Amino acid sequence: MRNELTVLAVAFGYLALLFVIAAWGDRRAEQGRSIIGSPTIYALSIAVYCTAWTFYGSVGRAAESGPSFLLIYLGPTLAMLLAPFVTRKMVRIAAAQRITSIADFISARYGKSAGLGALVALIALIGITPYIALQLKAITLSYAVLVDYPLAAGERLDSAPFWADKSLWVALVLAVFIILFGTRHLDASERHEGMVAAIAFESLVKLAGFLAVGVFTVFVLYRSPAELFARVAETPALTDILGLSAVPGGALGWVGTLVLAFLAFLGLPRQFQVMVVENVDERHITRAAWLFPLYLLAINLFVIPIALAGLLGDTGGDPDSVVLTLPLAAGAEGLPLLVFIGGMSAATGMMIVETIALSTMVSNQLVMPLLLRSRRLSRGGQGALAGWVLGVRRLAILAILLLGYGYHALVGDAYSLVTIGLVSFAAAAQFTPALLIGLYWRGANRLGAGLGLAGGFTVWAWTLLIPGFAQSGWLDAGFLAHGPFGIDWLRPYAMFGLEGWDIYTHSLLWSLVANVGLLVGVSLFTRQSPLEQTQAALFTEALHPRLDQASLHHGQTPRGELRALLDRYLGAATSARVFAGEPEQGADQPAPAALVARAERALAGALGSASARVLIDSVVRGEALDLPALLSILDTTSETLEMNRRLEQKSRELERIGSELRQANTRLRELDRLKDEFVAMVSHELRTPLTSIRAFAEILRDHHDLPDDKREHFLEVVVRESQRLSRLIEEMLDLARLESGRLTLHPERLDLAALARHGIEAVQHPQQEHGIVLDVAIEVDEAPVIGDPDRLEQVIINLLDNAGKFADATTPRVRLTLARHKRHYRLAVEDNGPGIAEEERERVFEKFHQIQRPDDAAQRGRPRGSGLGLPISRGIVAHLGGRLWVEDAPTLGGACLVMELPEAPHAAA
Amino acid sequence: MMSPRRKERLVALIAMAIALFTPPLLLVAERMGPGALPLYVFLAWGGVIALAGWLLEGGRGE
Repeated sequence: MRNELTVLAVAFGYLALLFVIAAWGDRRAEQGRSIIGSPTIYALSIAVYCTAWTFYGSVGRAAESGPSFLLIYLGPTLAMLLAPFVTRKMVRIAAAQRITSIADFISARYGKSAGLGALVALIALIGITPYIALQLKAITLSYAVLVDYPLAAGERLDSAPFWADKSLWVALVLAVFIILFGTRHLDASERHEGMVAAIAFESLVKLAGFLAVGVFTVFVLYRSPAELFARVAETPALTDILGLSAVPGGALGWVGTLVLAFLAFLGLPRQFQVMVVENVDERHITRAAWLFPLYLLAINLFVIPIALAGLLGDTGGDPDSVVLTLPLAAGAEGLPLLVFIGGMSAATGMMIVETIALSTMVSNQLVMPLLLRSRRLSRGGQGALAGWVLGVRRLAILAILLLGYGYHALVGDAYSLVTIGLVSFAAAAQFTPALLIGLYWRGANRLGAGLGLAGGFTVWAWTLLIPGFAQSGWLDAGFLAHGPFGIDWLRPYAMFGLEGWDIYTHSLLWSLVANVGLLVGVSLFTRQSPLEQTQAALFTEALHPRLDQASLHHGQTPRGELRALLDRYLGAATSARVFAGEPEQGADQPAPAALVARAERALAGALGSASARVLIDSVVRGEALDLPALLSILDTTSETLEMNRRLEQKSRELERIGSELRQANTRLRELDRLKDEFVAMVSHELRTPLTSIRAFAEILRDHHDLPDDKREHFLEVVVRESQRLSRLIEEMLDLARLESGRLTLHPERLDLAALARHGIEAVQHPQQEHGIVLDVAIEVDEAPVIGDPDRLEQVIINLLDNAGKFADATTPRVRLTLARHKRHYRLAVEDNGPGIAEEERERVFEKFHQIQRPDDAAQRGRPRGSGLGLPISRGIVAHLGGRLWVEDAPTLGGACLVMELPEAPHAAA
Repeated sequence: MMSPRRKERLVALIAMAIALFTPPLLLVAERMGPGALPLYVFLAWGGVIALAGWLLEGGRGE
């Protein structure tokens, strides 16, 4: 027998530690340095799901029903995978509407219905109180086992007076804790940071406690998992409990329990509290979606080994206590105390959160709507209601915990931990259809939800709760076997003759049929009020971007009246916060819609949405927007978004077009400049020969006595200048034809080598006159290509001519080479001039472009070009399927123009 | 906000988890021998959690 005093000191010391952690958390929050702003803390706080039921009950259930205990955790795993969709939406709604509890959420969704909120609160109170009782029972039991082992715990408990029951004192200490840290703010939608910090800490303690027993069992008691399982294999009866046959209801029971755990996880008030109300950052949901399932996996890892070890070792007593009796039987020191603290943290964590959730529901959904009707209260002084609300909530906390204790003291012994837990789960699961369907189906209405909840609750009570009372001996159990008044098809465990199912799957089936059937059926055949329509749209469209509630009110109220209302119910400080930024004067001016919405949200945070609506309606004249108006706002928002998107796209396009236009404009300016230059140049070129022709013609006309040789010379000049004129005009016509695509070529098979020689002959004489040395290197005997001989010769002459113009002034040299390159022939003409800069190389092929030369060739009597020769040449070569480009001269060091033409196909022999 | 592709993957993972945690896959696992059922559930469970972690934490920059 362990020292009672030590155990008590450790237990209450642990509770004191929780106070310290919660106080620290709250202080940090006040300083603006929150400790719960982490996704890991969020995931750990969700682990409040694992209660004493997990801690002690899982092993008990594994020992009796095999792997079915895992379903209680697989269901939440599935629910958490959905959290990035479902929970995120709930968090968004809760923040926008200042939701305080699951009852408030369901009430707000269905038109802020006070009746529906009260119904949910009542069901939660009836369904969850046994669950709180279960936690107290676990503490009582584990304390007794720890202190009395190896005596059976039950003997001592039966004879003890109630004040000797330690769980009563634990309940009272917890009441103080919850009142201190759970009702600090009037606004229940505000976070309870200290409490969440304490819960996250408790989650770590219970995990550590359970893993410690697991490691002790597998590695100390049996040295290795292999040894444990080898021992199990020797006992066929033990291996049987590891199969599906051990699960109540077999495969069907498996699926039923999985669905039950999934629905209950979403419907349990404490899970709603930690996941939705206490959520500080939507993004934490993503981490919790896998971290919390990982926690569940870890805490369940050793359940089967511990259960098997318990069965092998036969530690005696209740399977729910094996976690404790196993180390006790082995004589381990210290470990049983750690396990006891782990179990206590599991139990107290659940009680703290569940009691806060339930007390908020009781005060906001059950008591306050009644108090608001009392004339005395509504005429009370400033902030009268604030005191009342907190008072009611504190009383509710005490009442709920004592109710739980009462249930535990009176009924608790009749049920095992698992049974109580699953009965509560089935009650919580009744909330989920109204919650989930309401989130996604706009048509679900208040009457449908109310009747569905009532129907589901009635079936649950008939198939699980009342039979439980009967089995405890409180009622005559005869109706279980024969039905009420002998009505066979109403037997609680075999409704409509459905026999052979496990009782939970059976109850879940019929309660869900009633619940969902009524919710959907009634909604389809009844109408929604305007407020219901508005709320339904706000809930189902919660993730719609830029949905601003402020625009949804169009009631009228003077500023002064609204302020008086807030003063009266929430106190001057809160009212000043709501009115911050509003002008002091003009109490009789109408309050803007955004201010009315802010006031309603502040009231909702304290009193729940239904009561807030009643209060706002008492001063605001005019209706909330109806559905068409709301939809038009939503549609306008989406239209605006769509329009924005299109505008953005158009603006990007415009930007692109603008930049293209700018480029085109630059190019046009350049062309314009070139054109001006060209026109000037053409005028000049045309005028020079014309002037000469005219001058010489006039001399010839006016001077009949000119000597013959002079006359001959003047006529020669007139002819030469006329030729120059016609050549220029010819070039311009060529260019015009090339550009318009009207240039007609006459391609034929020809020898480029012969053509090159021909071209050289044509320029050789005039170039020699200018002292230009012309080298020729034709490396092939024959260069068959397809081309127009006249035009190609024109190109070759043009290239040689150009090279001559740009060659060095003192020792001008030009070199022509013709060679085969792959399946082409390359004709290159190079000079020993200054060359052409890299950036100029493409521009020499532009029309009218002329390279500026410092030593202008014209000065040396060489003809100036028109700036059209190269563009025309390139056009001709391109027409013949070849290329013309500039590169560095390989031998002479100046510029090199290369023409490449494809080899002609072999002529048919 | 999750990218549409990540949402699709998460939905597929949920569908896979449901298939893994329910009969008939469960019955197949049970036929493998005594004790195979819990082992299978734990492995499937761990696999689903690992995939969910990889999916939700990885590729944030997607």
